[in-house]
Amino acid sequence: MAREWSEMTWQERREERFKKWLNPPGVKFPSPAIEKTYKERATRMIKAFRMEIPDCVPIHLAASSFVAYNAGYTYKDLLYDYSKVVPAWTKFVDEFDQDTADAPGLFPARAYEILDYKVNKWPGHGLPDRSTLHNFVEKEYMNADEYDLFINDSFDFGLRHFTPRTWGAFEPLADMPSFSDFQGIPERLMMMCQDPRFQKLFKAIWKASQENAKHQKVMGECAQISLDRGFPPLMGGIMLAPFDTVADLLRGTRGSVKDMFRQPEKLLETLEIITERSRESAVAMTNMSRSPVVFVPTHKGADAFMSVKQFEKFYWPTFRKLLLGVINEGCVPMIVIDGSYNEDRLKIISELPKSSVVWNMEKTDMAMAKKILGDSACIAGNVTAAQLYTKTPEFIKEYVRYLIDTCAPGGGYILALGSGIDKCDPANLQAIVEAGREYGVYN
Amino acid sequence: MSGDYVNLLADLKEDEVLALTKKRLDAKEDPMKILEDSRKGMEVVGSRFAGGEYFLPELVFSGELLKQINELVKPHLKGAVTQKKIGKVVIGTVAGDIHDIGLNIVDFMLDVNGFEVTNLGVDVPIEKFIKAVKDTKTTILGLSGFLTPAFDAMKETVEALEKEGLRKNLKIMIGGGQMDDDVRKYAKADAYGKDAMAAVALSKKWIGAA
Repeated sequence: MAREWSEMTWQERREERFKKWLNPPGVKFPSPAIEKTYKERATRMIKAFRMEIPDCVPIHLAASSFVAYNAGYTYKDLLYDYSKVVPAWTKFVDEFDQDTADAPGLFPARAYEILDYKVNKWPGHGLPDRSTLHNFVEKEYMNADEYDLFINDSFDFGLRHFTPRTWGAFEPLADMPSFSDFQGIPERLMMMCQDPRFQKLFKAIWKASQENAKHQKVMGECAQISLDRGFPPLMGGIMLAPFDTVADLLRGTRGSVKDMFRQPEKLLETLEIITERSRESAVAMTNMSRSPVVFVPTHKGADAFMSVKQFEKFYWPTFRKLLLGVINEGCVPMIVIDGSYNEDRLKIISELPKSSVVWNMEKTDMAMAKKILGDSACIAGNVTAAQLYTKTPEFIKEYVRYLIDTCAPGGGYILALGSGIDKCDPANLQAIVEAGREYGVYN
Repeated sequence: MSGDYVNLLADLKEDEVLALTKKRLDAKEDPMKILEDSRKGMEVVGSRFAGGEYFLPELVFSGELLKQINELVKPHLKGAVTQKKIGKVVIGTVAGDIHDIGLNIVDFMLDVNGFEVTNLGVDVPIEKFIKAVKDTKTTILGLSGFLTPAFDAMKETVEALEKEGLRKNLKIMIGGGQMDDDVRKYAKADAYGKDAMAAVALSKKWIGAA
């Protein structure tokens, strides 16, 4: 009899998730040959995660808005014209032979417009039409004196403070009394429905949800296109390092930095609360997904942002706790290190359980990463966006050869980009695949 | 007193340095002397950053302290402060990019190091850079960008300056996020700087003050 989830080790739980990834429930492949390809690709990734030796180095291209330009469209086209998404995605997955593919990472721009989402600007909405990426609008969405509100009731903080500040349509929520009493909720909801301001909000939510459904339908079609071509999906869940949640989303860089000096205890207490919430949500997302991978973009723990001492105090302890929390549930955190990590930081992160995570590097010295993390975790990266923009296919092939020679011996390496890519010569991206398949074969 | 003051600011002792500012103002000390000491304190912050002792949090926080000191001192100043500037720099984040954290740190570090800075802000169209270079007659331009779209925006900005005949006497530095020396070559800029102190060092070198 199969063992109960609660009695399993993290490795056993992860194997369960790997089984689900290899044999995705409800998926009917178009042919046995495609199913075989799917399994070969997923096995390649799984072996890399486990730091075993696969048949060849797996390749993962997180191409972001490149998908639009590769098909002769703009990023704005794909955000606003759903009819262009499927052809663009089909062209991308047909042209680039990688080992995973999800769906294009597009957000529902029209729904966001209806609800007046303020945290992003994108082409056609606050940025010039020809912009090739969206930009995050960093602000102090939580004030310096609001830590206690967050600590005491993060749901209430989200409902009445964070949401109305970040979504214009939800402003009426800011004037509501707290919702935290366990009783009287039906009466409160009726009163809200009688209020013209909330009637307007509910109508906007309904209208946005219609757009969201159209968007989701197209994303679902793209995910199916990937599966039909034998690409395992990669992104199961997503989470941020707790410090990044504060420094990106709540207090902004300036706000969080001031708090490091003025109210470090409140900051640390808040990070603990965020750790638990983030763990719950990342695991829940992964449970709903076919893939065991939790994607973790990181920002403000890098060399260019904070000292190693600050990293050890503010960044790593709760990030470590969060990673261990999702690892314990059998998930595989794939952490993208924006910028670079120096030797000291690499040593600190190398102490996680062996083969429990994947570190995807942007600019970190890969030879040093292999040396320090080589016995600890799978590494991935780091063809940079600057190289893809400014170099030739010959250069890229040589660089990939260097990466494989440096990082692949002994297993535990995924050939990947250092970050997303918007525009570049498609031949440069193709050169990664060609070099990967040519030089990445294990004997 | 002034040695302590410089150290308190350089060590980022917020309460102490603000208390001492008030004390010196109450004692009718020349406010210009206080500003001079805070400039010296910021110099120490800059050199600690360049030496790897301080990082972005310390730079940002020192800026916060300086802002508060300036606010305390301002009402005591007689007339406008005319500090002698050693050179002009125009900076801005290129079109399609709205990141300003690095940009503002560069602004502030250039300013405390004696430069007259024209900060054009974020998502700056090419024409605005051209106009600012013409209007200020600057010899140094700093282009900031965080994401990949900045690669082409920087390239196009430099090309437009060339077309306008403004490139010859202009040194252009780039920096921020995903920028590096490859992007510098691609955009045909003169230098890539990895942080705010690099921008200061480059600017000083270019005006012959280093």
